[in-house]
Amino acid sequence: MADAKPTPRPKPFSIPKQPMPEQPPEVRRKNFREVPFGLTPDLAILEASRCIQCKNPACVKGCPVNIKIPEFIELVRQGKFVEAARKIKEDNTLPAVCGRVCPQEEQCEMPCVIGKKGEPVAIGRLERFVADFERVTGNVVVPEVAPPTGKRVAVVGAGPAGLTVAGDLVQMGHDVTIFEALHKPGGVLMYGIPEFRLPKDIVQSEVDYICSLGAKLECDVVIGKTITIDELLGEEKFDACFVGTGAGLPYFMNIPGENLIGIYSANEYLTRSNLMKAYLFPVADTPLFRGKHVAVVGGGNVAMDAARTALRMGAEKVYLVYRRSKKEMPARMEEIHHAEEEGVEFHLLTNPLRFLGNDEAWVTEIECQRMELGEPDASGRRRPVPVKGSEFRLSVDTVVMSIGNGANPLVPATTPGLDTNKWGNILADQETGKTSKKGVFAGGDIVIGAATVILAMGAGRKAGAAIHEYLKTGVW
Amino acid sequence: MFPVTEIREIAKNVFFQKIEAPRIARKRKAGQFLVIRKGEMSERIPLTIVNSDPADGTVTIIYQVVGKSTAELAAMKPGETIQDVVGPLGLPTHIENFGTVVGIGGGIGTAPLLPIATAIKNAGNRLISIVGARTKDLLILEEEMKPISDTLIVTTDDGSYAKKGFVTTALKELIDAGEKIDLCIAIGPVPMMRAVAEVTKPDGIKTMVSLNPIMVDATGMCGACRVTVGGVTRFVCVDGPEFDGHEVDFKELVMRNRAYLKEEKVAMERYEHKDGKCMGEKSPAAKAPAAAPVTTGGGR
Repeated sequence: MADAKPTPRPKPFSIPKQPMPEQPPEVRRKNFREVPFGLTPDLAILEASRCIQCKNPACVKGCPVNIKIPEFIELVRQGKFVEAARKIKEDNTLPAVCGRVCPQEEQCEMPCVIGKKGEPVAIGRLERFVADFERVTGNVVVPEVAPPTGKRVAVVGAGPAGLTVAGDLVQMGHDVTIFEALHKPGGVLMYGIPEFRLPKDIVQSEVDYICSLGAKLECDVVIGKTITIDELLGEEKFDACFVGTGAGLPYFMNIPGENLIGIYSANEYLTRSNLMKAYLFPVADTPLFRGKHVAVVGGGNVAMDAARTALRMGAEKVYLVYRRSKKEMPARMEEIHHAEEEGVEFHLLTNPLRFLGNDEAWVTEIECQRMELGEPDASGRRRPVPVKGSEFRLSVDTVVMSIGNGANPLVPATTPGLDTNKWGNILADQETGKTSKKGVFAGGDIVIGAATVILAMGAGRKAGAAIHEYLKTGVW
Repeated sequence: MFPVTEIREIAKNVFFQKIEAPRIARKRKAGQFLVIRKGEMSERIPLTIVNSDPADGTVTIIYQVVGKSTAELAAMKPGETIQDVVGPLGLPTHIENFGTVVGIGGGIGTAPLLPIATAIKNAGNRLISIVGARTKDLLILEEEMKPISDTLIVTTDDGSYAKKGFVTTALKELIDAGEKIDLCIAIGPVPMMRAVAEVTKPDGIKTMVSLNPIMVDATGMCGACRVTVGGVTRFVCVDGPEFDGHEVDFKELVMRNRAYLKEEKVAMERYEHKDGKCMGEKSPAAKAPAAAPVTTGGGR
C-alpha cells in the first residue's frame, strides 16, 4: 500500500463519511469478537481525503495529547500507513486503544470544520486503522531512546496514565519500573473494557511496545500492601514515583437487598468476564452467573459494556435501568446505539428502590420507581424526581450495579503526607501532577475521579514532562 | 513465577505448602492473606498466610482441598511454580495485651488461627486455645498450638480423639467455670463462628471472627466479598478479614458463599475427568459442608 500514488485531493465536502464495516447486531450479540472490523485501506484513504488540512487545526487542540492529526491523516491519504502510525506515536503511545475507546465526538472530531456541514472526518477510525496496520503487518519499530540518566522512576498502576508516563520517561533515558496490582497490565483496558470493544491482545501488544522501549513491568505488586510509597522512595531507591491507581472502588446504592446473590458491581461483573475470562467457563476456572433476565443499573459506558456482556453471556432479556432520560446518559452515543441495536431494553427515568430475593438469597425482583426530570442539579443535568405511587417490579435473576467508582484508597491510606480531597482523590497539580509529597506525582482517575482513558493519558503526558524536569533539576 | 519449595498432606485433604514470595514474606503480619492464581486459566483464590520466613523468602499456606482450584494446588510438586501470588492483603490483626484471650480454631480454621494466636501470646496475653475438628483425621496443628498456649483444649465432634463435642461446648464450660475472658478470637466454618458469637454475646465477651467470603481481585475493586457488619456493607478484602462477631450477618455470608456451588461442581468433575484420575473420596466439592467456602479454596 505504501507505494500507492496519492490521488489529487477531492473538493471539500464532496465525499461522505466512510462507514466502518462491523458485525451485524444479531450475530455479534452472541459472540465476544470485536464489533467493528475496522476500515479497509481503500476506505481509509478515501476517508483521509475528506480532511482539508486546516492551517490552524482545531482537532489538535481538541485532543488531550495533541496528536498531529492533519499530518497523520495526510500520510494516510498518501497510503503511508506505517509512517502515519509513527506520526501518531510521537504523541500517543497507545493509538490502537485510543482509536477504539476515545470519545472522539467530544474531542478531536467535535471542532472539525468538515463537521460543520456534514459529518466530521473520522479521526478515531483512521487512528485505529493505522495503528492496527502497523501492528498486523509487523512494522512496529522501537524508536531510539535517550542515553541513560541514572534516575529511577516507579510507576504505580499499569493503566492508561501509568503506561503513558512510563513510555515517555523511558524514552527520555530514565530507568522505569511499572508496578501492577493485578496479574495482567492494562488496568481498566484489561479488566474493564470488554473484548468485543477492545481486544485484549491489542492491549497486551501496546504494553509490550512500552516494555520494548525498556520499561520494566512487575505484576502482582500491590503498592500500599506489598511495598509502600515510602519504601519505593527509600530502600528501593527510586528517585520519583507516579501514582496512577485509578478509580477502582465500586459504588453501591445502599438500598435494601443489595447483597443478594446475583447482584454484582460492574467492576466484578466485567473483571470476571474480561480479566478472568469467565465467558470461557469451564475452560477458564472463574465462573460468572449466566443470567436470563439481567438488569444493569446506570447510564455510562461501563453500564453499556455490562449490558452487552450480559447479552453475550446468553441473557434473554437485558434491561438498562437509568434514573434520568437518554439525553442525560454519560455514555457515548455510539455505545448507546450499539447496545440498543443489540437488543438492550432501556428503562429510562426509572430508579431502583430495593431488591427482593428467594429463600436461597438469590435476587428475583427489583422494585423500581418512575422518575421525572426537575430543575438542573450541580452537574447541570436536570435532577430526577420520584413520581409518587409509580412503584413497579421488574423480574430479574442478575443485577449489575454500574453507578460509578470512587478513588482506590490503598495508596493514600498508606502514604503519610499524601493529601486527598473529601472523596479520597489525591490532590495533584493539574499541569504537573505534583502532589503534597516530595517526589510523588499522580494523575488519571485517582486524581480527577472516574473519567476517560485519554484524559488519564493526557495527565500522564504532563506528569511525565514534570517528572523529567524534577529529575533533571531536583527542584520540587 | 513463584516456586513451591515444600508441600505435604498434614491431615486428610489438608495441605501444608511453602512458596517462595520474598516481598510478601518480608511484609506480612498475622491475620493477613494472599491471593494465588496457579496458572493462566485459574481463579484467584484467597488463602491465609500461616507463617513466613523473611530470611529464606518463603510464605506458608495451609488449606483444605474443597474444589478444583485447591485440588490443582495440592497436586503440585516442589520446584513447580505458581503463576501469581499477591499479598499481603487485608488488615493485620490488632494485637495488644488484652489479658486473657481465648483462641478458637475449628477444622481448617486452626491454620489462620495459628499466626494470630502466636502474636497474641508474644504480646504477653494469657492464651487459652480451643482446637476442634469433626473427627481425629481432620485435626490439624495440635503440636504447633501446644507450645504457645497456656491451656490447650482439643475437641472432636465424634469423640474419636480428645474431648468429645464442639468447640462451643468447651467454650461454654470455660465461661461457666468463671473464667474471665477479655477477648475471644474464633476462626472456622461460618456456623461455628456464628455459634461462638452466640455463646459469648450474653456475657459481652468481645469476639473477633475472620471471614472467608468469595473474592476476585481482593484489593477492594470488585465487592464480591461484601458482608453486612452492624447493618453496614463492608468489603472483607480491605476492611477485614476480621470483624466483630456480634455484628456480622452470618446468614448472609453463608448464602453468598453458596453462589457458585453448581459451577464449582462442574469445574471439579471436569478436572477429575480430564486428568483421567479418579480422586474417589477426594471429591469434597460435592460433599462439602454447606458452609464451606466453595470457590475461595477454604483456607480461610
